[in-house]
Amino acid sequence: MTETVTVKHHGSDMFEGYPIDGPLDPGSTAGDLSVSNYTINFGPQHPAAHGVLRMVLELDGEIIERVDPHVGLLHRGTEKLIEHKTYLQALPYFDRLDYCSPLGMEHSYVLAVEKLLGLEVPERGQYLRVMFAELTRICNHMLNIGAHVMDVGAMTPNLWVFELREDCLNFFERASGARMHSAYFRPGGVHQDVPEKLLVDIADWVDTRLPKLFGDAMSLVIDNRIFKQRNVDISTVSKEDALAWGFSGPMIRGSGIAWDLRKSQPYDAYAKMDFDIPVGTRGDCYDRFMVRVQEVYQSARIIKQCINEMPSGPVASTDRKVVPPKRGEMKQSMESLIHHFKLYTEGFHVPAGEVYVATESPKGEFGVYLVSDGSNKPYRCKIRPTAFSHLQAMDMMSKGHMLADTTAIIGAIDVVFGECDR
Amino acid sequence: MAHNAPLIAPRAGIAADLKSVLGVDLLDHVFAVDEDSITVKRDALGGVMVALRDRLEYQQLMEIAGVDYLDRAERFEVVYHLLSVTKNHRLRVRVTTDEATPVPTVVNIWPVAGWLEREVFDMYGVLFAGNPDLRRILTDYGFEGHPQRKDFPLTGYVELRYSEEEKRVVQEPVRLQQDFRSFDFMSPWEGADYVLPGDEKAEGDKA
Repeated sequence: MTETVTVKHHGSDMFEGYPIDGPLDPGSTAGDLSVSNYTINFGPQHPAAHGVLRMVLELDGEIIERVDPHVGLLHRGTEKLIEHKTYLQALPYFDRLDYCSPLGMEHSYVLAVEKLLGLEVPERGQYLRVMFAELTRICNHMLNIGAHVMDVGAMTPNLWVFELREDCLNFFERASGARMHSAYFRPGGVHQDVPEKLLVDIADWVDTRLPKLFGDAMSLVIDNRIFKQRNVDISTVSKEDALAWGFSGPMIRGSGIAWDLRKSQPYDAYAKMDFDIPVGTRGDCYDRFMVRVQEVYQSARIIKQCINEMPSGPVASTDRKVVPPKRGEMKQSMESLIHHFKLYTEGFHVPAGEVYVATESPKGEFGVYLVSDGSNKPYRCKIRPTAFSHLQAMDMMSKGHMLADTTAIIGAIDVVFGECDR
Repeated sequence: MAHNAPLIAPRAGIAADLKSVLGVDLLDHVFAVDEDSITVKRDALGGVMVALRDRLEYQQLMEIAGVDYLDRAERFEVVYHLLSVTKNHRLRVRVTTDEATPVPTVVNIWPVAGWLEREVFDMYGVLFAGNPDLRRILTDYGFEGHPQRKDFPLTGYVELRYSEEEKRVVQEPVRLQQDFRSFDFMSPWEGADYVLPGDEKAEGDKA
């Protein structure tokens, strides 16, 4: 921790402004120092806070007594804005929630809309979604793994895995035209089909570049003595705590509960996929990190299956009351032109009702609670962020640890504030 | 209905179980769009949640959402989403309240509820009796109002800027260069509940 800290002594105002060691107690012997609890402010602008997190830490020496995370510094009112947009216009907001794994966010939303509409997605659309969702998972874990190892002192692996993240972003660009905010998943399927060459390149990348580069980078980290000293047995979370604090994703799996929504409540083509769920044994920061490392390999397996088994056919539903027609069709058919006009002005109406749809986003359970009143705009769209409950447990997880461990703990939570603050 | 959303198998005998476990506290049970939701008595919420967790195995509280229905007497709904990792089932629990009546907290049952309740309080102004730390969470320090309420305008009331003269951030009433535009795309023969421009002439002729 190199940043300047504001030091505030508790108890007595007369010590205000004294150095941290504090003045000698009148009754003490030579060499004794009176150490009182003090409060420091971590963030909101701190490289290890992974965004705009402000934490008020109460310390006893270097031991953390209490953590009070202040969130909301990136609150943009996404849920309120969505209430004023049509269902299709609301979609791009989801890219901007967790900007490290945009397609994972979109997935929950499009599935929620489809569930209310009772709309089925053609198989190729499902496979494309699963494939890109898994590519997003790799992309997200690359950022998190890299940032985590950098927070605890290693520089090189971060630079290496960012190469892989860059590759993923290039694939997104080739599919959707945008590197990060893809808006690629749409209610009813995906926006457009991918070129054959892209699938070939992804398969090639998964076979050669990913395992090589990622394996190299991880070989520097996972058996490294310093890395283990900074992570093993840091902030151990029991199974009971993980359940009570609403953990999900790698956080709950790190604690040894084999819970993965892709397996237990399969959506899209996940039911046909063959993959394993890595779980931790001790529930510490190292386990959470290793769960993510293993998930990358499992995601690679899923991507390969998707590419091998992907059928041909339409990529989006042909229900023209929801999915707009292609531009070429519009030039030929009056009906298509009308559909296109209606869908991009009024949008489609969603039957009244409510759904809560949660998918396994790279960070955990990302849920969308959608209430429709039958109009073309959501009546209420509550977003269940993963980081909210994880970050809340910061106090429970950090108590009794050293100040320097907070960076490892935050790194292992995998928090992104676009999503946490909405 | 056909869809590709996460597949949750209906839990066998859930309706009878809920009835026997919750008794008179259960006001309503609806199974719609493949999801179970129940409405329970507000004052009995604590006991209901303990029963759901310990006897029906809903171990996790995933989410608390507020919803505002402006025209109802008790305008707010507080919606709890529970998850059972052993039975692989989700349950939605709903209570209603208004601006003044507090909802019993569930912090002592699930510690995760602390922030979730703070968020509902921040966004809707719903009070939670017994929450030890009911501060605002997402909005700014010193924010006034509850922005997710349906009668809170999208543009808000104040805007912030850094004042070079005062060397600090100042709050001013919001001033828009262009009015917030809300287009009505509803088809006149489907959604419009107003007199269409020109229609009043026809009425005028008759008179």
